[in-house]
Amino acid sequence: MSELALSVEDVVAGYVPGVDILRGVALEVRPGEIVTVLGPNGAGKSTLIKVVAGLLRVRSGALKLFGKDISNLPAHRMVGEGVGYVPQTNNVFPKMSVEENLELGAYVRTREIRRGLEQVYVTFPDLQRLRRQAAGRLSGGQRQMVAIGRALMLQPRLMLLDEPSAGLSPLLVGHVFDKIREVREIGVTILIVEQNAKAALAISDRGYVLAEGKDQVSGPAQELLENPEVGELYLGARKGLA
Amino acid sequence: MGQYIADGIILGATLSLGAIGLTLTFNILRFANFAHGELLTFGAYFGLALAGPLAFGPNIGSLTFGWGFLLVLVLAAVLTAGLAVLIDFIVFRVLRRSDVAVALVIASFGASLMLRNVVVFIWGPQPEYYSRAIAIAKPILPGVRVTSDEIFVVVLAAVLMVALHLFLTRTRLGKAMRAVSDNALLAQVTGVNVTNVIRMVWVVGGTLAAIGGVFYGLTVQMIPTMGFTLILPMFAAAILGGIGSVYGAVLGGMVIGLAESMSVMWIDPGYKPAVAFALMFLILLILPSGILGERA
Amino acid sequence: MIGILSYVVFFLIQAMVYSIVALGLNLQWGYTGLFNIGVAGFFLVGSYTFAILSGPPYATHLGGFGLPIIVGILGAMAAAGLIAVVVGIPTLRLREDYLAIATIGIAEVLRLIALNAKGLTGGSRGAQSIPRPFQDVIQNNFANNVAYLLLVIAVVALVYFALEAMVRSPWGRVLKAIREDESAASSVGKNPFRFRLQSFVIGCVIMGLGGALNASFVGFVAPTDFLPILTFEIWAMLIAGGSGNNRGAILGSILIWAFWTGTGSVAQAVLPSGLQVKGGALQVILIGLVLLGILMARPRGIIGEEAVVSREAQLGGTGGD
Repeated sequence: MSELALSVEDVVAGYVPGVDILRGVALEVRPGEIVTVLGPNGAGKSTLIKVVAGLLRVRSGALKLFGKDISNLPAHRMVGEGVGYVPQTNNVFPKMSVEENLELGAYVRTREIRRGLEQVYVTFPDLQRLRRQAAGRLSGGQRQMVAIGRALMLQPRLMLLDEPSAGLSPLLVGHVFDKIREVREIGVTILIVEQNAKAALAISDRGYVLAEGKDQVSGPAQELLENPEVGELYLGARKGLA
Repeated sequence: MGQYIADGIILGATLSLGAIGLTLTFNILRFANFAHGELLTFGAYFGLALAGPLAFGPNIGSLTFGWGFLLVLVLAAVLTAGLAVLIDFIVFRVLRRSDVAVALVIASFGASLMLRNVVVFIWGPQPEYYSRAIAIAKPILPGVRVTSDEIFVVVLAAVLMVALHLFLTRTRLGKAMRAVSDNALLAQVTGVNVTNVIRMVWVVGGTLAAIGGVFYGLTVQMIPTMGFTLILPMFAAAILGGIGSVYGAVLGGMVIGLAESMSVMWIDPGYKPAVAFALMFLILLILPSGILGERA
Repeated sequence: MIGILSYVVFFLIQAMVYSIVALGLNLQWGYTGLFNIGVAGFFLVGSYTFAILSGPPYATHLGGFGLPIIVGILGAMAAAGLIAVVVGIPTLRLREDYLAIATIGIAEVLRLIALNAKGLTGGSRGAQSIPRPFQDVIQNNFANNVAYLLLVIAVVALVYFALEAMVRSPWGRVLKAIREDESAASSVGKNPFRFRLQSFVIGCVIMGLGGALNASFVGFVAPTDFLPILTFEIWAMLIAGGSGNNRGAILGSILIWAFWTGTGSVAQAVLPSGLQVKGGALQVILIGLVLLGILMARPRGIIGEEAVVSREAQLGGTGGD
């Protein structure tokens, strides 16, 4: 079974009519992989993930999920297809409790919610302790856990993470990425867009570098870490990121 | 004094029901809907139109109406909910999408004026009442006299609020509504169909407004300007309680109702509507997010 | 012949007075994106202040300062401006809808005061015999009206050119910048709140001016002249003509007022007295529908050029890469 979990085929997209942010992006994610998309600010990383999540229209090109064309499914239908999206900011329901947040993650499913909850609590024991707290009152790192846990409740086939390290201290960043690795162990395919290339590539199988709306470099994560071209695309001067 | 409190609670019941719908549309649809008052007006007048043919049965106890009236209440709510969805579809939806240089708030103001005049056109400008039966006010506490109708109104309002609470916390749709109210974008990516939720907001808001309108018609009177008379106190209630908070709307409704009622002890009754405005102004100065609202 | 001319003069005076108010509203809505639904209230303040300051002594209530007309007018403008400051300061920092609620609230409160504070305003009967300029000099009714029309046209021209100059000035450019991209404007050190407040107050001052001129023209004021329907009328005038465009405001005023009086006369002539009120209701519904029609056919109004992109219309993704 060589079916791809996700296939992004020459996708063009943007926010404002006439201005394209993504100018023909192509990438693949194989089942069970962790793939990271890197790139400088303005490259289109956030735009890309929003397109895959169904929040932004595909102007041309195609998106395929496990072989099925999902190019212009609206976001709430994407969820039905098993796509769990974790936004970068505003990623919890602040007035609702942690447990309610998690339960909402299973909105499109109706069975076995209790078991799903237990599984999330196993992966994120802190959340069990905080289950009755209003999510808005948690720290940044804790909210990130809630957000990932919520996506997990869907039992997604593909999880999308938009800059999971944003706003977190280096210690927490390590913690979050450890958790992401644990999530993959459960069997979830993961696509991450990240600024913090080192931390993300450390847990990824493969990576892509996005610049000016197109994928410029790709390859196994270790290679990207050592590739001077990647460093240039980012900073213009430094050799490699390792 | 006790009488004023009782009167305040009765008014508060109507205001709370109206404020709930208002706070939901303000929060989820992101605009102040001035036409909401007219949903109360239409609820009341639909009730009037239906009460003629349908209010069968002898008066229940010392209430001024029979069992048929309950059916009238339900039907009026259904019709008003439908009207709310229709208004959204015809007016607000079109404006949300098009290029027209008019904001939703302004359009809602225009719509409210037109709806008011539709009521005048169909029923006329004079005050109306559901029945000519005289409601006898009986003393329930020393110095406090209320009619059975008024007790009915308060009890039913309380029941409705409990039902709404259960709906919001125990049902899937209710949780979806709370999710959209809390973080609409996130709700979308959690699988909630926001368009459906929006429709439900109008249905719930319209239903509660209709019942509030019938309550007002029952305990005070029906007149085409009643929606306009109530819209300011309802906004005040919603803002006081915190936009987006249903419980805040209930709290706000009660506070405003009590304040307006008790204010006659100190100021000229002609100024009663100004009390709500003054309270709202105060809250905007001191705590704009309201009592139960989100801290910015 | 004089009869028709007389009617036309009357009509134009009223249309011009309303156009002044519409110009004030245009500054607030068209150029600054503010929702003022309390136009009637500021108009009321202008009218009553003028009546109190320049009117003859009243037996039952305050007034009779008999001050010169110009003082009355300036007083009216100042009063409107003062109320605008009081209302604007808490609300302009918040979401734009709050201004809408606050302005409709203040308009209602002002109307209630006018209705109930008999000692101040004459209550439901209002104030009469409000003077007109030149009323001692030009005795002939028709000539006096013509003179008044010329005066009002002069004021409209003054306001128009003043607003046009303001809008093209550096101040006006900042206003435009704030309307289009608030965060960019504040990052350059321009405080949006201050500019919005200035625009709001100036707009209300102009509305107060309109109110004073109206009181002077009609000769009496009563609370029933300042119902929300008046606010609706002015908005209709602005939207029909084209918001964001001062010429549109003036044109819209004339057109809508023509439609209003036209349908009003027809209704009065055709309908039996029992149906007059319902006829009035139908009139409002018709105006609303006509307005809707104009908006559907020409979304920017009849002359409207500049698009008003209110903050709520600025949809789209939250930036990002």
